[in-house]
Amino acid sequence: MTKRYSVFAIAREAMRHHQGWERAWRSPAPKAKYDVVIVGAGGHGLATAYYLGKNFGITNVAILEKGWLGGGNTGRNTTIIRSNYLQDPSAAIYEKSRSLYETMSQDLNYNVMFSPRGVMMLAQTEHEVRGYRRTAHANALQGVETQFIGPERVKELCPIIHIEGPRYPVLGALWQPRGGTARHDAVAWGYARACSEMGMDIIQQCEVTAIHRSGADGAVSGVSTTKGEIACDKLSIVVAGHTGQVCGLAGFRMPIEAMPLQALVSEPIKPCMDVVVMANTVHGYMSQSDKGEMVIGGGTDGYNAFTQRGSFHHIEETVRALIETFPIISRLKMLRQWGGIVDMTGDRSPILSKTPVRNIFVNCGWGTGGFKAIPGSGWAMAELVAKGEPGALAAPFSMDRFREGRFIDESVAAGVAH
Amino acid sequence: MLTLTCPCCGVAAEETELVGGGEAHLKRQGPGSDDRAFEQYLFLRENPKGVHFERWRHAYGCGKWFHVARDTATLEVFGTYSAQVSAPPDDIRAVIFERRPGWSWREFA
Repeated sequence: MTKRYSVFAIAREAMRHHQGWERAWRSPAPKAKYDVVIVGAGGHGLATAYYLGKNFGITNVAILEKGWLGGGNTGRNTTIIRSNYLQDPSAAIYEKSRSLYETMSQDLNYNVMFSPRGVMMLAQTEHEVRGYRRTAHANALQGVETQFIGPERVKELCPIIHIEGPRYPVLGALWQPRGGTARHDAVAWGYARACSEMGMDIIQQCEVTAIHRSGADGAVSGVSTTKGEIACDKLSIVVAGHTGQVCGLAGFRMPIEAMPLQALVSEPIKPCMDVVVMANTVHGYMSQSDKGEMVIGGGTDGYNAFTQRGSFHHIEETVRALIETFPIISRLKMLRQWGGIVDMTGDRSPILSKTPVRNIFVNCGWGTGGFKAIPGSGWAMAELVAKGEPGALAAPFSMDRFREGRFIDESVAAGVAH
Repeated sequence: MLTLTCPCCGVAAEETELVGGGEAHLKRQGPGSDDRAFEQYLFLRENPKGVHFERWRHAYGCGKWFHVARDTATLEVFGTYSAQVSAPPDDIRAVIFERRPGWSWREFA
């Protein structure tokens, strides 16, 4: 039984030199068989497991992870949460996700530091103004709280923005007051702790090397891993950039291409902005972490790669754009830069889907916008895995849409054009 | 930064001069093809962690298209070759066999 985290626990541990804290999750050896095996212990995989247990009572679950928990894109994103999308299917799943973030710390008994500080997407051309006005109207119909605000309000909310930019003056913004940020690692850790508490096995440093099928219909029967054979009734593949590799083991192809997406953070400075700003025309986005670092998102490389670093000229472009927008940061030093391997689909919307192999389910294609979707994606995926059929949230995101021409006409992956 | 030598003009071009054009040697599908063939042609892409063949364009140079053989994990470039061929030439394949024994890519190895 995991001990609850609370103010009393802190007080108790303070009295005994913090000797009583225990590990947040167990690291067991794999069992011979599970009802559900999830490949990938990132945010989406762990959230899928959590909602399988919480919503459907399925707890005989293993989450296999090649590296370490939350060490992929879950630990490499810029932690932005928003749901101001145009199309109904996107708005539905991202708003579900955002609403789950609101109560996540209480649900998981783990402080994920959700900070609904507000997200603004700057409109810097007339086209963007028209586009965002349209999105604001669509959001009103979808029940997503957003509004289009003028440049005076932008300046009021974020005084460090240079409204009369040298190339693109700020003409307004799409403002989502309940968007914001959360601590990305804590989301993975919180889900992991809750899953472990429900009796699920999180098995790290365990790479899937083969996927086995049996029976007349060739349904999945188990996986070979670097820690031995594991049988399963259902398999959920949630591995982002490596989706093609893992699905290849089961013998089918995915419409996914992997590219590095970069981000960087500055040295910590005093609080200077308490909202998230995305400037799509000049291409950069920035927020300030609780530690004071400016967290900056960059661009993707324009070609397939698995390097987890990205090309330098994208950093130059991003930093140039942000200095234009926020002249105050022009003499900041950058602390760290890194890349994550994002999984891009043909229409830039995610895939939550059954696959050609019975009882294998795939969740991928979140591309450059996966972090904000973690709880909603897990919620929808758990329903798909538990029932074998997608619910209302997941149905529009099936992989058949590429064959049927039923695309989701929205570059949902990121607020910026990648 | 990725540097590719354009086989058309001979310039060793940096990434900023080039534009990637995606998977090479795709078989074009036309009217009359079935839905699966179109899906394959339009959306299903090779996404190897390793040897990959791609089309690139020397957009801010001579403007020509060409082919590249590259490793997506290490960014090592095995060679560039003409856009006017439907399969990787033998000299490029030989370089890859030497550096990545056992490589495979679609029907070409």
